[in-house]
Amino acid sequence: MAALRMARRSLFSKPSSRPCSRRWSATPAVVLIGEDVGVYGGAFKTSEGLLERFGWERVIDAPISESAIIGAACGMSYCGLRPICEMQFIDFIVCAFNQITNFVAKGHYLWNAPAPMVIRGPSGGGVHGGPFHSANPEMYFVHTPGLKVIYPSTPYDAKGLLKAAVRDNNPVLFFEHKFLYRRIKGEVPSGDYTVPIGKAVVRREGKHLTILSYAAMMHTSLEAAEALAQEGIEAEVIDLRTPVAAG
Amino acid sequence: MIRNIGALLVKGVRPRDIFMQHMAKYDSPTKGKDGTSHFGDLDDLHIVSPISMLGDLIPVMTGVAMAGRYLGQKIVTMTWIGDGGSSTGVFHEGLNFAAAQKAPFVLILENNLWAYSTPVRKQVPLENLADRAKAYGIDSYIVDGNDVVAVYSTAKEAVERARAGEGPILIEAKSFRRQGHAQHDAAEYVPKEMRAYWEAREPARSLRKISGQRKVARCQGQERDRGEDQHAARRGARFCGEFADASGRVCGDRRLLHRRRLPQDPREVGAADCGSDAAKIERHGSMDGSRIWIRQRLRGRERADSFGDTPPAAHSSAGEAKSANGSKPGAKAAVKSGGKKAAKAGAASSSRKARR
Repeated sequence: MAALRMARRSLFSKPSSRPCSRRWSATPAVVLIGEDVGVYGGAFKTSEGLLERFGWERVIDAPISESAIIGAACGMSYCGLRPICEMQFIDFIVCAFNQITNFVAKGHYLWNAPAPMVIRGPSGGGVHGGPFHSANPEMYFVHTPGLKVIYPSTPYDAKGLLKAAVRDNNPVLFFEHKFLYRRIKGEVPSGDYTVPIGKAVVRREGKHLTILSYAAMMHTSLEAAEALAQEGIEAEVIDLRTPVAAG
Repeated sequence: MIRNIGALLVKGVRPRDIFMQHMAKYDSPTKGKDGTSHFGDLDDLHIVSPISMLGDLIPVMTGVAMAGRYLGQKIVTMTWIGDGGSSTGVFHEGLNFAAAQKAPFVLILENNLWAYSTPVRKQVPLENLADRAKAYGIDSYIVDGNDVVAVYSTAKEAVERARAGEGPILIEAKSFRRQGHAQHDAAEYVPKEMRAYWEAREPARSLRKISGQRKVARCQGQERDRGEDQHAARRGARFCGEFADASGRVCGDRRLLHRRRLPQDPREVGAADCGSDAAKIERHGSMDGSRIWIRQRLRGRERADSFGDTPPAAHSSAGEAKSANGSKPGAKAAVKSGGKKAAKAGAASSSRKARR
């Protein structure tokens, strides 16, 4: 709680870059690779300023080739780096579906090659993105053995889980709901902390029914629980945070 | 080309492992989880496993090359693709990315004229597949894939150029697939004249023909290796014949047993090796000073240090001295890739011709 008292309020969109930057000062193993992540700082400005700080060797502007981004990051991870790949919109991750599900996910199972990489990107709808900029494709990967999937709903979890993802020795997919980017605010400790992958959290106590949810729908679920409470029904809301953590 | 057993042998994979792998035995590199050459060895032999989907290794090896450069090592990565695989999207994505990054990467395109039953003319409207390199602004060679000396010299030169920072290089080795796509395929779709033409240019025979001459002096290493390989293969065959049955197929509990025995199970490795208590490195943008740290810290052993064929760039004099040695494995692997005599030995460079 001391850490929380010290914490400042932060926009949801910021944790994506902050853990990287703090982490990078101590860990040259982490590199960022993606479309427009360098000069422009990312389509959602999640990597703003990182190029100036860390240089082009660690903040790599890639061509519009999702398979090449994932593949190159996989190769880097085999060499001991810990790359973070950004999909500009997570919808485009399916362009690299083969690379992720067949190469990245099966490597450790098949020939004992860990791929400690993170694939992250803005997902979800509600911001006038249309059918190709609003997808929630996490379930494709939940059903793919060898991957961990993270989908946080609060700024605190976003930072802690991203740090945990970077430190994890498995390939981790990190979804960021862009509806929450500039709508949800929460306290984020400035220190180093992680949120364990695979632990759900109870967001609201209740005895009559349980609502399981994650990401943006978790907030909707809380609103629904409040509405139910006015009718005398106490709903428990559980935030999964990591739809799959088996790896 | 994926599943390039020749390259595996040159890089040092034991024939025993290949036999065990193909019989899906428990003692094979993948512990019986696969029955083809889908395995690698990052720590000692520096081999990244291929997968069945063609072309996927190209961006991965680009990433390995980029990581090597980032870590300050003068490594060159090499992989293979066929004429069929060169039509995949990831071939182009990967090669373009490698070109944009000027990654030290050599891609050998084995044009053996057939992708399963589809002739190359029906796949690609190009006379030379090496022309695809032009689209990415990288250099390419065309080499007679059945001429062992030419392949070796070309690959050696390409590796040296890539190591010198000239960016990725594409080598098209023109050859012929003597057998069918797989055991079940009698390859009756291959015209008889074509087969006869290429059978007359079988590379092992051509090599034997010139092996007594001084010309091939540069390839003595290869010849010796080849003999050793054959010897080792015979031993491997004996080994498998005698002992393979002792290593049962993987089923049920044995698979679980293997899972428990994985030395790098992430649940055991933990995340502490990348912890926040790491020493702070200044000037990380230029990577000065961080190399040693990263080598020591990552994975708790010097994997990154030994990934390439040569020592880190920091020791420039040693790197220079070893560059000839360093390029050997790749070049030797290229020798293995040949199938038959090729139509044109055309566009290789003058220095290569001088060597011949």
